[in-house]
Amino acid sequence: MKVNLDQDKCVASGQCVVAAMEVFDQRDEDGIAVLLNDSPPADQADDVRHAATVCPALAITVEE
Amino acid sequence: MEHGDGRQALSYPIPSPAALEPPVEWADLRRECPAARVTLPSGDEATLLTRYADVRKVLSDPRFSRRLNAEDAARIGDSESGGVFNGEISETLPQTGEEHQRWRRMITKWFTARRMAALRPAIETMAERLVDEMVEHGPPADLKASLGFPLPVWVICDLLGVDDADRDRFAYWSDTFLNLTRYTDEQVAAAQAEFVEYMTAHVTAKRADPGEDLLSELTTATDARGGRMPDAVLVATGQALLVAGHETTANMIAKMAGLLLADRRRWERLVTDRSLVRSAVEEVLRFDANAGIGMPRYIGEEVELAGTVLPGGTTVMCGMAAANRDESAFDDADRMDLARSPNPHLAFGSGAHSCLGQALARTELQAVLDVLLRRLPSLRLAVPPAELRRIEGLAVGGLREVPVRW
Ligand code: HEM
Ligand code: SF4
Repeated sequence: MKVNLDQDKCVASGQCVVAAMEVFDQRDEDGIAVLLNDSPPADQADDVRHAATVCPALAITVEE
Repeated sequence: MEHGDGRQALSYPIPSPAALEPPVEWADLRRECPAARVTLPSGDEATLLTRYADVRKVLSDPRFSRRLNAEDAARIGDSESGGVFNGEISETLPQTGEEHQRWRRMITKWFTARRMAALRPAIETMAERLVDEMVEHGPPADLKASLGFPLPVWVICDLLGVDDADRDRFAYWSDTFLNLTRYTDEQVAAAQAEFVEYMTAHVTAKRADPGEDLLSELTTATDARGGRMPDAVLVATGQALLVAGHETTANMIAKMAGLLLADRRRWERLVTDRSLVRSAVEEVLRFDANAGIGMPRYIGEEVELAGTVLPGGTTVMCGMAAANRDESAFDDADRMDLARSPNPHLAFGSGAHSCLGQALARTELQAVLDVLLRRLPSLRLAVPPAELRRIEGLAVGGLREVPVRW
């Protein structure tokens, strides 16, 4: 799985961090999401898909 | 269906059969008339969107402007409705584009998932104190007045570094800003002047002696271009957080209790399994059929949407609550499923203007629910659900009171 994060779209809701903490974090200076791992292992794939679905900014896309 | 066929516009907002129920028309509108012509309380016309995909698209499309100040934009209310539609704040704070984004990003750092996790115990302590006071007075109690209304003000006061002793003043100011009809013009003007005076002095004090709060940080922080927030913007930001974060959350706490207690099997399920609190809060947000009139947007150019062409100069109403019941986005959309996941509802909007305080709102709702389940597992409505009444007012939907026993 390959994860893309569009930081320009991100509105810093933190939903992705709650959904997949191993893969997303938020920058200290403005809360914008950062990708910790753009190729997460299979056991995190569900969490990442969940993050992409609940992201209010549609900033996360996943290539399977 | 007659809606939007050029003959008769539907009168908006559409009444509901009961306080917690959606209008029966929503399902038909989504199916047959996803861009319906409606008449707003002002008498002006707008186009109501009820499908999930359309609402989500418009909310995140920058061509649809949040400012309804164009000559031909619809007016919402028949009188000043206060709150989100009030001009004051929108005059001082940047509303669109890069400037808005810079303003927003200076604040969103305070609402990260990590900060919220750190804030959670303090919010639970506040909720516990309010529940203690409610219990002391004995049943029946109005859960909205005892818990829903004060808690979000306390949280915002903390965020702004305001003294505990001044919480009641903030509660009063917030109430006057939002309930313009309940107060005289003089009272509203006086509250506005008092608030600005208080906050201006408060900003000065924080600049001299910063604390750990958001406001202190904002007095010294610089934005992405190295700019600082002028005092007027700091004061307006404080007011924006109060106006946007108080009544919304207060009402949602009350509606959450109403929805979960109206069918007590929901409450019992949560009492036995508190691990459902997080998903239950999301489901309450999705299921809330009494969310106010939705978000208005104005489009200056012609666009294609919902299988039709909207001419330039159209005001659209994004019906988020109707969209949240869309079967094409949520299985069994009219059933409340406390374990629903994922739950990409639109209660906080979507896109660049989506709720800035959503992480905080979620944390408050989760904390309140957790404390209530723990402290008052026997909680129940003191009136039949059919007797719950909606508040007047357009912007934010709510219940007048939520009488409970335990
Ligand atoms: C359950 C409670 C809440 C609900 C349902 C809610 C809902 C919303 C919605 C739908 C919007 C989008 C407006 C638009 O699209 O034009 C919004 C914006 C906003 N909300 Fe909330 N909100 C809640 C709580 C809060 C809290 C606790 C705060 C902060 C303390 C807050 C601060 C804001 C701000 C500042 C905006 C404007 C964002 C911007 O202009 O970029 N809200 N809220
Ligand atoms: S969920 Fe989306 S908007 Fe929220 S922080 Fe993550 S990427 Fe940003």
